[in-house]
Amino acid sequence: MTPVSVPCRKRWTASKTNGQNTGYTGFPPWVFALAAAGGLFVLLPLAAMVARINWGQFIPLITSESSLTALGLSLRTSAAGTVLCIVFGVPLAFVLARASFPGQRLLRAFVLLPLVLPPVVGGIALLYTFGRQGLLGRTLELAGMQIAFSTTAVVLAQTFVALPFLVVSLEGALRTAGIKYEAVAATLGAHPTTVLRRVSIPLVLPGIASGSVLSFARCLGEFGATLTFAGSLQGVTRTLPLEIYLQRETDADAAVALSLLLVAVAVAVVGLSRPRPRPLAEEAESE
Amino acid sequence: MPVSQVDLFRLCTGALLAAGVVAAGLAACVNSTPDKAPSASTDGRKAAASSVTVYAAASLKSPFTEIASKFEAANPGTKVTLNFAGSSALVSQITQGAPADVFASADSRNMDELSAAGLIDGTPTNFATNVLTIAVSSADPASISSFADLAKPGIKVVVCAPQVPCGAATRKVEKAAGTTLMPVSEESSVADVLGKVTSGEADAGLVYVTDVKTAGDRVKGITFRESDQAVNTYPIAAMGSSKNKELANAFIAMVTGSEGKRVLGDAGFGAL
Repeated sequence: MTPVSVPCRKRWTASKTNGQNTGYTGFPPWVFALAAAGGLFVLLPLAAMVARINWGQFIPLITSESSLTALGLSLRTSAAGTVLCIVFGVPLAFVLARASFPGQRLLRAFVLLPLVLPPVVGGIALLYTFGRQGLLGRTLELAGMQIAFSTTAVVLAQTFVALPFLVVSLEGALRTAGIKYEAVAATLGAHPTTVLRRVSIPLVLPGIASGSVLSFARCLGEFGATLTFAGSLQGVTRTLPLEIYLQRETDADAAVALSLLLVAVAVAVVGLSRPRPRPLAEEAESE
Repeated sequence: MPVSQVDLFRLCTGALLAAGVVAAGLAACVNSTPDKAPSASTDGRKAAASSVTVYAAASLKSPFTEIASKFEAANPGTKVTLNFAGSSALVSQITQGAPADVFASADSRNMDELSAAGLIDGTPTNFATNVLTIAVSSADPASISSFADLAKPGIKVVVCAPQVPCGAATRKVEKAAGTTLMPVSEESSVADVLGKVTSGEADAGLVYVTDVKTAGDRVKGITFRESDQAVNTYPIAAMGSSKNKELANAFIAMVTGSEGKRVLGDAGFGAL
């Protein structure tokens, strides 16, 4: 029995090492060709944009007062939008991943809707909810809150479009993690809030982090819903994408320079703060 | 349950992919149609000779749609393709090689830009004028009756940004009236200004007389004395690259002729 099982195990280990080191990918080579085309499709327009930049004027253009105001507003509103996404998105992800109730699939579909909805549609929907003539507008006005044309409107628009990014990535992380540690903590007598705070959240912290980064990037790029719902006024509602859209009317150089600035900020945020994906083998072992 | 989540995510991704493919396909179609028209002329001259592409400012949408159908009726077998957008957006499309035969701008500045680039055939003809008006929702809760009313505290006014033609006109009117507005928003297009008024978000907005006409009952226009200080003149011209110059000039003749003048007048445009 033993002589048979030993070579068997050896072969399995060998093939595993092969998979890691000898460049065996598990897919046919033509996949590379299509992947290269896909990569080019994204990179080529970016390169074309960089080629159009008027480098002599680049620094003055991106440091003009209106550009810096727009960038500052974008960063502040995106940060606020991301905080709202975390506050409401983390509980949503827990409910969707771990609870079970009628209408759950429907709820998930609706939460994810902004992913496929044109942002301008989101803006119109927000207008009819929080606008002066909207569903909640009158009540909010009586309470002394005016959302139309305010920075709050920008943050609401950004949160609306960015929320699903956090929910989707965290829900995936929660499902992969499972609830065995939570169950152990509960049998040891921990209060549910303690379990959430000390066990569940620390376990999926990388998921929350990557979801937040995606949400922040989505907030930063928000345009359609903001334009429809919040308006456009320097320092109040005119974020960087809106400033680019406006500059395009008269100053193509400024529009391209600001576009590159936005791309640079987005790449920095997503590229530098996203955790490296775990290698395949490690993922398989954890399951 | 994990299966359903995966399915839904796949569904979402699938929908996004499908949308992308459709968009790419549409873009290819839009680009290929005008390219194909001239190549068809080698086999059948009729197809090329009977099609004219008109790029016109967004504010010309309703009168030009009417003129185009009159033109098609007067010239059986011809097809007028209309493309409406902001004048400056149209200028950048044309300078990037978009196949326009005729361009009608909402201001002379954008037309001058094309002239300077050497893309125009002959000299542009001015064919209409437009002035600003105050648009309020038909209920008019803020009871506005003059330009000075717009500067009253608590009134939410929306205007065009100074970078776009309607915003430049707004600045001129402000100067003439000696009133400085504190707008709650400076939009990129007149349509966005009108949208904020019709939805009731803003109390008033500065738009063109013709925009109020198209908006119908939901919006009321309040004319004001100082508006004649910023009259927008609309020029039209045939493009130098046009392969159908005869038809292009025939279309321009109809716009500038008595029939065109009547349609434009009905839409609220001023005559020259």
